[in-house]
Amino acid sequence: MKYLSCLSLLCVALLGGCSRDQGPLREGGLVYCAEGSPEHFNPQRVTSGTTIDIISQQLYDRLLDIDPQSGDLLPALASSWQRSADGRTYEFQLRPDVQFHQTHYFTPSRPLQAADVVFTFNRILQPDHPFHAVGGAVYPYFQSVDWTALVTEVRATGPLTVQFQLSRPDSSFLSNLATDFAAILSAEYAGQLLASGRPAQIDSLPVGTGPFFFREYQKDVLVRFYRHANYWRGEAAMAQLVFDIVPNNARRMAKLLTHECDIIAYPRLAELALITERPDVRVQESTSMNVGFWAFNTRKAPFDNVKVRQALSLAINQRAILQAVYFNQATAARSVLPPTSWAFNPQIPLHEYNPQRARELLAEAGYGNGFNMNIWAMPVQRLYNPNALKMAELLQADLAQIGVNASIVSYEWNAFRRRLSQGEHDSVLIGWAADNADPDNFFRPLLSCAAADSGSNRALWCDPVFDRMINQALLTSDQQQRRSYYLAAQQYLHNELPLVAMAHSQRIQALNSQVEGVSINPYGGIALFQARRVQP
Amino acid sequence: MTIYLLRRLFLLGTVLLGLSIFAFSLGYLFPGEPLQNFSGLRYLDDSTREQLTLAYRLDGSYLQQYLAFIQRLWHGDWGLSLASQQPLLTEIRQVLPATLELTSYALLVSFFVGIPLGILAAIKPDGVIGKAISAIAITGYSLPIFWWGLLLIMVFAVGLGWFPSGGRLGVLYEIPPQTGFMLIDILLSDVSYRQAALQDALRHLLLPTLALATFPTTVMIRFVRDAMLDVWEQSYIKTAKAKGLSRLQVLYRHGLRNALLPVIRQIGLQFSTLITLAMLTEVIFSWPGIGRWLIDSIYQRNFPAIQAGLMIISVLVITVNMLTEILHTFFNPLARKR
Repeated sequence: MKYLSCLSLLCVALLGGCSRDQGPLREGGLVYCAEGSPEHFNPQRVTSGTTIDIISQQLYDRLLDIDPQSGDLLPALASSWQRSADGRTYEFQLRPDVQFHQTHYFTPSRPLQAADVVFTFNRILQPDHPFHAVGGAVYPYFQSVDWTALVTEVRATGPLTVQFQLSRPDSSFLSNLATDFAAILSAEYAGQLLASGRPAQIDSLPVGTGPFFFREYQKDVLVRFYRHANYWRGEAAMAQLVFDIVPNNARRMAKLLTHECDIIAYPRLAELALITERPDVRVQESTSMNVGFWAFNTRKAPFDNVKVRQALSLAINQRAILQAVYFNQATAARSVLPPTSWAFNPQIPLHEYNPQRARELLAEAGYGNGFNMNIWAMPVQRLYNPNALKMAELLQADLAQIGVNASIVSYEWNAFRRRLSQGEHDSVLIGWAADNADPDNFFRPLLSCAAADSGSNRALWCDPVFDRMINQALLTSDQQQRRSYYLAAQQYLHNELPLVAMAHSQRIQALNSQVEGVSINPYGGIALFQARRVQP
Repeated sequence: MTIYLLRRLFLLGTVLLGLSIFAFSLGYLFPGEPLQNFSGLRYLDDSTREQLTLAYRLDGSYLQQYLAFIQRLWHGDWGLSLASQQPLLTEIRQVLPATLELTSYALLVSFFVGIPLGILAAIKPDGVIGKAISAIAITGYSLPIFWWGLLLIMVFAVGLGWFPSGGRLGVLYEIPPQTGFMLIDILLSDVSYRQAALQDALRHLLLPTLALATFPTTVMIRFVRDAMLDVWEQSYIKTAKAKGLSRLQVLYRHGLRNALLPVIRQIGLQFSTLITLAMLTEVIFSWPGIGRWLIDSIYQRNFPAIQAGLMIISVLVITVNMLTEILHTFFNPLARKR
């Protein structure tokens, strides 16, 4: 029995010795529980939101930033910039005295210079650049906006001035520079790595100018950053930042409740009600620049017939989907563009649910007796579609009402995407999250002819009229004129319906009530620079 | 004794031989090509393929391939993990100590709690204490660990907030790994927050140790109790009592010595169950040990890792079994003759 009492004594000692909120390091450290491991530490080479959240805003800076409220461009590493009259030359004036990270693997000898910016973008642009092929020469974001065709040259015109030459005027150019992917790397560090024959290290042991510097990464366990003492915006409040990797949703929630995590990404919508009652945690949400949609393979019959597409759209009950799949944590979509975008077209009516009219349209199209089709449901949970399988089941039931017999198909995620780009599907439930505030980011990667060839156009829809509209919108920098093109493009989409937009979901994160200074950025990854702990 | 030891060693050798043959054949039995299963390289270009085929003797007979396989094992070239492309042996060196740490603490608890409680229950088997201990033991014995572990988390971590819900150490503490055993590493480190880190590590240890120790402890209680009752009936105890020794003296000098002998053997027998339970505990408490690593590998179809993990765990279980057997014989001359 004495052992038992020893054990209970031990318990008391453990509990008494340190009540759970007052660890000595907790004051100066923040724990963010992420849903997955970063692929590596270079934003140029990724599109995954998980990786971007962890690395981009923490380790790096960009030439420009996006104001999360208004979507306007703000100066960052570039203190000012000029656009030439023909719209094909941009010159950036860099901020002086911006220090790179001092880490256990690199000590900078000089502050940020034009050479660093030139190095950063030439790595992407020049196929013969010594770092271009590092990591397989894959720069997904820049490839999706056709960066190499747009930018012809990046050069330093002074120690702190950089000039970009474009092949044509492009009003989305500045927005692209402000995305999380356009992080500025250190040319000096790259030079040292090249000299010592370890170029690949540039993406695994990162050096940037951001508010935190890299300390260690244990795969599938954690990522540790320390505060960058010479950060040009001033020191961050937190001395240490740890990304604890917790892929399991329920476990992440449990760790928030036990205060092992200060912030958790993507709490499950169904569990939100559970935590709203607790005083020690709170929930933040913001409508993100994303859209979940149901795309038809317009290269296959009967989906090449606009009447069939309209009938299918009328047959589904969007309100029920918002309720059952998004738990009403989403805005009903009218078109691909979210209402927060400046180019949003409010004239487009809300989605109409009318099975009767759908049956008539099907009969007019010659499918009075219905047909068989498949719905591909993506196997992973994404912000824009938290549960594609459930959505597919709801659609299946709705379609049965108009005599369309739908079967649900799903594959492992990589196989799923590969088969999608090969156009094997009839229809697919998938979505898109924008990388910058520019409306072009919703139209061109999703619905242009070029995207139909490269595979990101899930409807495989290629319409010259639509392509002309979105291309003309890029050639002008007059926002009113651009807007009118985009309004027309949305109206055109509404009539043609290559896809049915379902919802713009809210991005949600839950955090400890003691943590202040963190907000959701609708245009990109989370920024923890201003995070601080306050005593309630 | 020497002959006995030789016999045991021969048996050990035979078992290990069979095991290595099985592990080798897994390279062929797993889906995918043997070359990839053996090397763990995700991308094989033609020149590496040729080089490896030669090195692995894949063009030779199965016997040659097997011998090459054994040689690689011996030289520590266990191949790469398909998922991370890191050497498997390095990964195992990182995760195995965590499992051993957790398992040994659970075993310690089962000794220090199980044996006294078992004796206590045997002193008056029909008394209130004896009955109560037996009841607790049978309850603990029947608890499924995945349910019990989650219950502990629900109550003590999420509900009361006394203990963390998983992991080995709060992530804000940065302890450089040296031995892989967390408590030792903390003591070896020269960080300013050593005391706090130690406390935190103990807090992380408590729930998983409790969950994992439940089964072996209850087994130990029941076993010690039965062994004691058995010994208590022996004539030499009666003789000792008749000699006029006090109850405690009889217990220590004659009872315990003989009753605890089979307990040593029991450790060996329990060890494989304990490792299995440790795997479940690791998954429940996010304990970064070899069990969780192996289960993750199964999810990822990481065949080289499954192969290596199975091999390590089997060798561990067999060796411990054998060692306790030898130890048991060493202390019990009667068993040597059998």
